[in-house]
Amino acid sequence: MAVAPVADAAHAEPHATSTGLNNRKMLFWAFLGSECMFFGSLIATYLVYRGRDTVGPHPPEILNIPFTSVSAFVLLMSSLTMVLALAACQRGNQRGTAIWLGATALLGATFVGGQVIEFTEFFHHGLKLQTNLFGCTFFVLTGFHGTHVTVGVIWLLTLFVLALRGKLPKEKALDVEISGLYWHFVDVVWIAIFTLVYLIQ
Amino acid sequence: MAEHPTPHEPDPHSEHPHPGAKAYLAIAVVLTVVTAVEVAVFYVPVLKPVLIPTLLVLSAFKFALVAMFYMHLKFDHRLFSWLFIVPMGLAALVILSLMKLFGVF
Repeated sequence: MAVAPVADAAHAEPHATSTGLNNRKMLFWAFLGSECMFFGSLIATYLVYRGRDTVGPHPPEILNIPFTSVSAFVLLMSSLTMVLALAACQRGNQRGTAIWLGATALLGATFVGGQVIEFTEFFHHGLKLQTNLFGCTFFVLTGFHGTHVTVGVIWLLTLFVLALRGKLPKEKALDVEISGLYWHFVDVVWIAIFTLVYLIQ
Repeated sequence: MAEHPTPHEPDPHSEHPHPGAKAYLAIAVVLTVVTAVEVAVFYVPVLKPVLIPTLLVLSAFKFALVAMFYMHLKFDHRLFSWLFIVPMGLAALVILSLMKLFGVF
């Protein structure tokens, strides 16, 4: 098969590909495509079983919209800091990269902390995984999303440490870009969850 | 494996430079405003009849902004967009089909 080398500022290691596109980036987009299907099935399950509970608590009695709105805002702002980290890395500014990566990880951790508080509150109101259909589908959907955010925070922290040690030069911008794609993906999933679960009750 | 008649050269027009910090900040402001509007719409009783379509449009708009500008789909090669949009469409189809099957609408 004929191949062409891929090498530009964002794609550090030149390597031959049959499409002329970076394989790592293409693979990651394919992975995000599979993640769409994964979250799609969880959202479908939530929507199908919504309003079919025979026992409470029901969503309107328990969901805290102001609190979750702040969480949604925090996650949206983490997307901004993430893209600023990538821009800094592409300019070769390692200090800026470290600062913005650290800020993104902090905002992500804040979001996860908010989710822990929310889950604890629900638990005290009698909503558990096995309480009713709402509890089961809600905790599975938002729990998997929270797990994704947690994985993202760990990933960002490793990049943060690398940037602090000066091991994230311009040539490694693709590493930051791919982590950014993952991070923005968890953000867009939350945009959907926030609307479908919290605002449309 | 069969040889292609011509090599796949990287298309210089398929990827464009990413926007700068000012553009990213402007998009963040728009996202914040749209989120505030979503929450406001939720609390306005007069808008109850149009609540669902309004919220769906607003969230789709936010989704598109993040995907196009922060994930750079607007600037990157189209193949990346297809790798994301096709499974997303399939996921939406699964959601709607299951809702129909279970008599949600």
